[in-house]
Amino acid sequence: MSSSFEFTSENQKKFQEILKRYPTKRAAMLPAMHMAQAQHGFIPPEAEEYIAGLLDVPIIDVREVLSFYSLFLQEAKGKHHIKVCGSLSCWLRGSGEIREYLLEKLGVDEGELTEDGKFSWETVPDCLGACELAPMLQVDGYFEGCLTREKIDEIVKERT
Amino acid sequence: MPIVKILSEFFGNEQARDLQWRLKHGGYEAARKAFREMQPDEVTQEVIKANLRGLGGAGFPTGRKWTFVPKDSDKPTYLAVNCDEAEPGTFKDRYIVEWDPHRLIEGIIICSYAVAIHTAYVYIRGEYVRPYERLQKAIDEAYEAGILGKNVLGNNFQLDVFTHRGAGAYICGEETGLLESLEGKKGWPRLKPPFPALVGAFGCPTVINNVETLSHLPKIIEKGGQWFADLGVERSGGTRLFALSGCVNKPGVYELPAGTPFRELIYEHGGGILDGKELKAIIPGGTSAAVLSADQVDLPMDFDTLAKVKSMAGSGAVIIMDEDVCMVKALHNIQNFFAHESCGQCTPCREGTSWVYRILSRIVEGKGSPSDVETLRGLNQNMSGTSICALCEGASMALGSFLEKFGDEFDYYAKYGRSYVEDARKGAVAV
Ligand SMILES: Cc1cc2nc3c(=O)[nH]c(=O)nc-3n(C[C@H](O)[C@H](O)[C@H](O)COP(=O)(O)O)c2cc1C
Ligand code: SF4
Ligand code: FES
Repeated sequence: MSSSFEFTSENQKKFQEILKRYPTKRAAMLPAMHMAQAQHGFIPPEAEEYIAGLLDVPIIDVREVLSFYSLFLQEAKGKHHIKVCGSLSCWLRGSGEIREYLLEKLGVDEGELTEDGKFSWETVPDCLGACELAPMLQVDGYFEGCLTREKIDEIVKERT
Repeated sequence: MPIVKILSEFFGNEQARDLQWRLKHGGYEAARKAFREMQPDEVTQEVIKANLRGLGGAGFPTGRKWTFVPKDSDKPTYLAVNCDEAEPGTFKDRYIVEWDPHRLIEGIIICSYAVAIHTAYVYIRGEYVRPYERLQKAIDEAYEAGILGKNVLGNNFQLDVFTHRGAGAYICGEETGLLESLEGKKGWPRLKPPFPALVGAFGCPTVINNVETLSHLPKIIEKGGQWFADLGVERSGGTRLFALSGCVNKPGVYELPAGTPFRELIYEHGGGILDGKELKAIIPGGTSAAVLSADQVDLPMDFDTLAKVKSMAGSGAVIIMDEDVCMVKALHNIQNFFAHESCGQCTPCREGTSWVYRILSRIVEGKGSPSDVETLRGLNQNMSGTSICALCEGASMALGSFLEKFGDEFDYYAKYGRSYVEDARKGAVAV
């Protein structure tokens, strides 16, 4: 990995547009982090420095934001990261069994990478906002619900 | 009461998110009417007449809230649209944004016209990827068609609408946490006063409204405030979207008049309890609301009725629990969420939520003791009314109501190290 970080030229253009939306530079913090993460997979220290420079704020301010928001990652996850919803409505509809099956199927504990680096998974205590699909999970950004063992087999197979 | 669909008219219709189709089906007609026939103040008066209440959770009267914005400020006024939707059990705003984003945009235009706002930010939770894509596409189309931008719908009125994506913090749904996050900071709620209507985003007057609240505006302008008020109950007009989930046959979003009883939602619309089981408990407005017992199923689901029984209508998220649900484990699940999402700036909330969660974990693991239940009761008294925002109050309302209504289950679990419900199912209750 190189030790410097920069937005791609396309992202630099996008970022200039985003700055115009707000009366302060700092307000572009979350958009900049989303963009850095989309570009790099997670937000490395070099990107923190880069964003601090773009926004004219001390690095510590970027750090603070980075560690506050759970969607911003400080290290790489699997190519396909699976988040199982562990909140109430999903729990009522059997998220516990879904977790057991994923553990069996992927063969790694929560937070760890499969050997091929393709998958990682975790259970989140937050409701993901699709309880009508309970039990559900989020993978590659999108929701998959009404989960069964077969459905999980499919989700994994499609991405293997 | 005949079924009236205001917000859900086009749910399930793949074409409705397309601007051209939507324009042929009433899209932006109400906003045009407002510009053509009404003064901004008249729009606000119509919304007051409609008895529209904030549907993000607090139920504050919407028109009244707009009147708090100073008219003579030399600063710009902002609109922050709350699409953080992270209260467990809540998924109704997602339906609006995914199926009918132009209804929301039209609502944003109407509110902006009424309050003289020229910049609106839609704060949408980071987990909502597809909803965000659909909303952004609708906004882009609206700009291209001249519906947003320099001359909204051909009028001498400028309005910019921007999306702002959150990043996985429930507390950013709290209105001042949202403002902090919008400003590029961690989402620590602010002490009030000053209220956002005076000092909100970027130090300027700001209106904050929920997606569903704003999406009601087009019909209110089209049909009149009185028409909307008449659909609801005395102090809460119109319909609202109930997000039904948990142990029911047909979970989903149902649009019903504000004063509809739970029974109708659960049994007529939701297809009854899963596997023909008995109803045990209802969480009426997201997990911050006090749990209700099965014998309260005939209560109407409006703000004032539920406040009277010391619960709340909240976000309209109705979570159903059947006879086989262990209430100790259910509360353990709920408190895990609050402990995880407390932003940590007030001691009673930070320490209280994590302490409650740890004690419940101990009980659920079979390592509790009867005094743990007493400790929980004591903790609860120190958690309400002592902190900056209402998260702590919500955690406390959940805790207190579970202990009050299902206390026996907690005592049993703490004493014997096993779930009463599970023992009862096995016919092995300790005596
Ligand atoms: C912890 C907490 C979380 C909240 N989350 C949301 C939310 O996700 N969406 C929302 O619209 N309101 C949420 N609210 C309520 C907002 O603070 C605010 O009352 C609402 O956005 C105002 O809009 P309304 O009057 O249209 O409901 C939350 C409140 C608290 C205390
Ligand atoms: S009550 Fe809890 S969530 Fe709200 S500001 Fe205080 S610590 Fe943060
Ligand atoms: S509880 Fe899982 S999506 Fe809401």
